[in-house]
Amino acid sequence: IFNKTSSSLEDVSESSSEAEEDEQPVRHQEGNTDLSPEYWGVQKLAKYIKGGDPTATVIALCSMRDFNLSQETCQLAIKDTGCLEVLINLLDTEEIKCQIGSLKILKEISQNTLIRHAIADLGGLEIMVKILDSPDTHLKCLAAETIANVARFQRARKTVRQHGGIKRLVELLESSSTGSSYQAKDTETARCGALALWSLSKSTKSKKAIRKAGGIPLLARWLKCSHTNILIPVVGTLQECASEPSYRLAIRTEGMIENLVKNLSSEHEELQMHCASAIFKCAEDEETRDLVRKHEGLQPLSVLLEKSENKQLLAAVTGAIWKCAISRENVLKFQEYKTVETLVTLLTDQPEEVLINVIGALAECCQEQENRGTIRRCGGIAPIVKLLTATDRALLVNVNKAVGASAMEPENMTIIDSLDGVRLLWSLLKNRNPDVQASAAWALCPCIENAKNSGEMVRSFVGGLELIVNLLKSKDKEVLTSVCAAIANIAKDEENLAVMTDHGVVPLLSKLANTNNNKLRRHLAEAIAHCCMWGRNRVAFGETKAVAPLARYLRAKDPLVHRATAQALYQLSEDPNNCVIMFENGVVKLLLAMVGSTDDALQEAAAGCIANIRRLALATEKAKYG
Amino acid sequence: ARAVNKNEVECLISLFHTLVAKARSHFAGAGFDRTVFRDTLYNAFGMTDDVVLDRVFSTFNRENTGCITVVEWVEGLAVLLRGTLEEKMKYCFDVYDLNGDGYISREEMFQMLKNSLLIQPADEEPDEGIKDLVEIALKKMDYDHDGKLSFADFEQAVREENLLLEAFGPCLPDMK
Repeated sequence: IFNKTSSSLEDVSESSSEAEEDEQPVRHQEGNTDLSPEYWGVQKLAKYIKGGDPTATVIALCSMRDFNLSQETCQLAIKDTGCLEVLINLLDTEEIKCQIGSLKILKEISQNTLIRHAIADLGGLEIMVKILDSPDTHLKCLAAETIANVARFQRARKTVRQHGGIKRLVELLESSSTGSSYQAKDTETARCGALALWSLSKSTKSKKAIRKAGGIPLLARWLKCSHTNILIPVVGTLQECASEPSYRLAIRTEGMIENLVKNLSSEHEELQMHCASAIFKCAEDEETRDLVRKHEGLQPLSVLLEKSENKQLLAAVTGAIWKCAISRENVLKFQEYKTVETLVTLLTDQPEEVLINVIGALAECCQEQENRGTIRRCGGIAPIVKLLTATDRALLVNVNKAVGASAMEPENMTIIDSLDGVRLLWSLLKNRNPDVQASAAWALCPCIENAKNSGEMVRSFVGGLELIVNLLKSKDKEVLTSVCAAIANIAKDEENLAVMTDHGVVPLLSKLANTNNNKLRRHLAEAIAHCCMWGRNRVAFGETKAVAPLARYLRAKDPLVHRATAQALYQLSEDPNNCVIMFENGVVKLLLAMVGSTDDALQEAAAGCIANIRRLALATEKAKYG
Repeated sequence: ARAVNKNEVECLISLFHTLVAKARSHFAGAGFDRTVFRDTLYNAFGMTDDVVLDRVFSTFNRENTGCITVVEWVEGLAVLLRGTLEEKMKYCFDVYDLNGDGYISREEMFQMLKNSLLIQPADEEPDEGIKDLVEIALKKMDYDHDGKLSFADFEQAVREENLLLEAFGPCLPDMK
């Protein structure tokens, strides 16, 4: 039972790849009153289909296939003469030959958007799902192929699912073949089932339903087959479903990565593309990244970069390389195949969907110092910096990451600076999208650290310091964290710290102190530690109540948080009032434990802080008792 | 008749003898006649069309004696039940070729399709509808454009579209 609210929720949960299909289909010839010659021909045949016995009907149906059913005038003629309704009514009879003849026509004409919608409106899908119960294999195959064509829009997919279509289609994947011998008949049936499931899998709820119906092990089995015509819909389905974590897990555990890698070397580019897409999605998970390497998938991916004319394939391959490169061992392997050099050649004259992935991949490869140098030597820095002026959100996020990653190398930093890269990054802090702002702020950290005369450089950005301090008012956690990290770096320059203090950085940082987010805590504490080094900031932090929350950070389980907090507390403890607050909040006991740490910086800061507190306590004692 | 195995042949033969025993004509000793045959096919396979049933009898009864022998019975059924596409095509063509001259003519098609239009548009001559249907069938299947269907025409049409095997009326058992 579906009420209005639940159906609108469902719409939201459907994949975004359906946007184009959900517009109302538009007829191209509005107001054209001349009926096409096909109209009369179709109408004549429709007479026999409507009024004839099965024998006459079959003759008429066979004859109708002589029209060019892929041509729109013909398709619309079938709809306008009312023949479409008749064809669908035929499906509801028990006459197998008529059902077959009708489906052969419907399968062809349902390539047309208007016809698809009409078939759904006329209740055709429900009948086709019923036909999937028929014992006649040929009939089932045709029904599945037609469903595959019609279910290309969301409402149709929902209908098929609600009438139990998915379970029946998954059953088509079952075969009586044992072992590795694939009977031709089984393969054909499975192919048709897979085609339909592929169309349906664009809906999130269908993905779940396929899994519940036991579709995954069956798909896994067909994946081991070597017939391209079934591999393509099977991989297509898996790739579509791989946006769900449960599928990614199954793909890994059912040993499918090996087959996906194997098929990267297929002769069919469409199959290669779907395999690469599947790997792209699955490589979000570390175990999968390891499996791709273990099954020697990194080399074929690298080789496929040469097929640069096929943009869809290239986008899938670059995407797979990007995600695989998240793991360091994979980056090292890619170095063997000179992947970085090839990627740099793809920085120009490529469509956005390719660029996003190429740059993402280069950013990941920059984990390794050698690659940061390689990118520079291949002339890759300039095209990347140029892209800081792009508008696409996903592209900008990756460009920022890449600029930041390469900026870890001082030689690269020189080039970035000469191309105005830091100023461009800084202006991205004004971008409306928080992901862009945060990634820009993260990228600024290594830039500021590695630039020559970085203090002067920062000051040269008019209004820049005010801008970044004001970002501390953002509601986005990642923005806040990245901005704190950047501020920590900027504050190392005294003059800039003074300016930031004028812009109110101290109370803004203090306001953030009450957080449980360890990543934010760490960078916030680092920022506080560095901002203490000017004027009466230490006192001001105490006045704005930053100290007590900081004390609580010491109870966190994260060692990086401990280090940053200890350093902040050490700086703050130069002021006696702060020492009192720290003492009252039980800081001494916690810091004592950390004095024994193997982390030198933590050790020093903890010891220093305790010493300050003790000194104050002693002085107080002395003052009391003379 | 290699498609039917020994067991099945034995069953068919015993069925034959049962039918013969039921037959009341004076050919009882050697086989059974048209009437018994038609009843059997109706009971077993639901075939009802008189014209077709008559022709089926004639294809079975190759000796043309008016009475089916056990050999003709078994061999005929073997094609019906287990024949290859080639055997079935030959069989169907023979059934539809009413006068046995090697061609299916317009007149023969008309004969077989004359009851196929159940709903006639009111403003049309009843025969016009059938004549048009014959033309449609001819256009679809007459590859050598000689106005009639030779076996070659029929075979090519069926190979391209299997549904046309029983184009002019059901003459094969319904696989339900």
